[in-house]
Amino acid sequence: MLGGCAQYETKPGSLLEKEGEEKRRIVSILVHKNTRVVVQGITGKEGSFHATQCKAYGTKVVAGVTPGKAGQEVEGIPVFNTVADAVKKTECDTSLIFVPPPFCADAILEAADAGVKLIICITEGIPVNDMVKVKRALSGRDVRLIGPNCPGVITVDEAKIGIMPGFIHKKGVVGVVSRSGTLTYEAVHQLSSLGLGETTCVGIGGDPVNGTGFVDVLPLFENDPETQAIVMIGEIGGDAEEKAAEFIKSHVKKPVISFIAGITAPPGRRMGHAGAIISGGKGTATEKMKVLEAAGVTVVKNPAEIGNAVKKALGR
Amino acid sequence: MNVHEFQAKSLFAQFGVPVPRGKEITSPESATAWANELNTPVFVVKAQIHAGGRGKAGGVKITKDKGAVAGFAKELIGKTLVTHQTGPKGRKVHRLLMEEGANIAKELYLSILVDRDSGRPTFIASTEGGMEIEEVAEKTPEKIIKEAIDPAVGYQSHNGRNVAFALGLQTIEPAVVNQFVNMLGNLYRLFMDKNAALVEINPLIITKEKTLVALDGKVSFDDNGIFRHQDVQQMRDLNEEEPLEIEASENNLNYIKLDGNIGCMVNGAGLAMATMDVIKLAGSEPANFLDVGGGATKETVAAGFRILLKDQNVKGIFINIFGGIVRCERIAHGVIEAAKEVKITVPLVVRLQGTNAEEGRKLLAESGLKLEVADDLWEAAQKIVKLTGKAA
Repeated sequence: MLGGCAQYETKPGSLLEKEGEEKRRIVSILVHKNTRVVVQGITGKEGSFHATQCKAYGTKVVAGVTPGKAGQEVEGIPVFNTVADAVKKTECDTSLIFVPPPFCADAILEAADAGVKLIICITEGIPVNDMVKVKRALSGRDVRLIGPNCPGVITVDEAKIGIMPGFIHKKGVVGVVSRSGTLTYEAVHQLSSLGLGETTCVGIGGDPVNGTGFVDVLPLFENDPETQAIVMIGEIGGDAEEKAAEFIKSHVKKPVISFIAGITAPPGRRMGHAGAIISGGKGTATEKMKVLEAAGVTVVKNPAEIGNAVKKALGR
Repeated sequence: MNVHEFQAKSLFAQFGVPVPRGKEITSPESATAWANELNTPVFVVKAQIHAGGRGKAGGVKITKDKGAVAGFAKELIGKTLVTHQTGPKGRKVHRLLMEEGANIAKELYLSILVDRDSGRPTFIASTEGGMEIEEVAEKTPEKIIKEAIDPAVGYQSHNGRNVAFALGLQTIEPAVVNQFVNMLGNLYRLFMDKNAALVEINPLIITKEKTLVALDGKVSFDDNGIFRHQDVQQMRDLNEEEPLEIEASENNLNYIKLDGNIGCMVNGAGLAMATMDVIKLAGSEPANFLDVGGGATKETVAAGFRILLKDQNVKGIFINIFGGIVRCERIAHGVIEAAKEVKITVPLVVRLQGTNAEEGRKLLAESGLKLEVADDLWEAAQKIVKLTGKAA
């Protein structure tokens, strides 16, 4: 599966084999304790802060890239001029991007060209038409993009590749996929407090054109033996939730609990996220909730009740 | 970002899309002067506001009498137009577009926007021009033609031919088929070169002279792309924006005014929407959307307070912060400092969770400020609703 890791085998002669890692059991989705991360934009304010935080969580942050700053180090992480260099020297397989909006399309394409398999782009504010070109360029290639305008991905106690606060997460049984950032943390906080915990949390981001949608993450959770329930956090705009509902009807047996933000959002206004806009009457929260309920999803109307709804669904 | 019809048409002209000869008018005198220059059988005077439905609301005047245009200009400038898109308060007209009239043989609909699913710029066309496209889509969906452009190679003539023949242009007026195919190429260039989010021509007319003319024009720009286009930045019209929203954008706050009475300040767009939703669930109505973002400081919080309190409808304020990078004790300091500069005259509930939340809550509780501190979202929402009283 593209960038989604089931069984991970160490390549003979690879650095991982040299480091003595055993053949891995199947754990969670997308990122895990052997994921090797390169941070693009590592010497910037955001990049350096978050690279450090991710490394402190236990993530293998093995490289950083800022053109022209090869040879420098950020908290012991070596900086390279290009992603290709970083891949060659460190066998990094996942990129975390903190590059400013005007240069992000370029950074994403550079990572893909360099052979990175999973690209997580945090940056908010990338022009939509840039993403139109990037999405087209990546299609059909062996690479997955998550984001942009997303908080990243965390597999609890294994790898934090993003800006989410690690300490609110507890290892458990719930997979979380969300278009939001802090609203995701709100849900995670509830799940952790109730003792349910999380397996992997995936932020797909708030942009209208992005790399990974709900329908791409749901099958990963459905096939993950550790994930027992799925929380899906949506919002107004587009039809990602409607597409998810269709997929859930025929392909997801695990309980899905969903909250859709923006019941009170007025039509035609962009509510923060570039993708959060009700256009021509389409993309309302009400419609999404209706379609999800019809697909057998437990739709929660009060965001403070997400955790309780999951608890109930798991029979705890 | 939206722009006026006359600005959209000037962009069309720049990109080779035919428009009626016309000019922006801001006084009766300039209307007469331009009418003399135009020297056309029919004059059209159109109010310029960022909303549709102007015709039905009396915002479009058509005349054969050159002498009448000054009177129309006098009537329209300063008039408040209420259309089905402006809301009951309407919008004041400051600018007009005066152009030559056209001989309409047929009205079409044409637009281009990015289809979110495929991520491709997509043309939408219909023979049902001059109508609300959503109505056409609902009543006669088979009359909507869609054609996606592959961004890897850009517009190809066959894309235009697909649309032209699907519309039946060969039967309606074969002389315009080639013009149509060329026009779509130009619109695609405009859309991509200027980072547009939507380009809409409704109606696109076939004239009796067998030409194509964009009789109306609408262009919306992707806010994320405007930094690349100084000419587009110049087109911004502050008269068409809500004053508090202008003030918020000057302070780097993401703010949208609504109609309720509980002001909110939240970090993160999704959480901000959820906070608005939870206020409604608790029995009241949000006064606004406000995302202070990841870098909330004392200045941001103070600016936020000022804006919320300038809204006469605000009778209570709810701050909901989930600190990740944002540290709650810093927000607490921000609130305390801001309260020294801005007199907070309404009930205030602050809910803090996440990084250093306990420290932040303690600081606020011991600050001597008149406010309530909470850590639970639902409890906090119910508290602010109770303290504020029911929505008007």
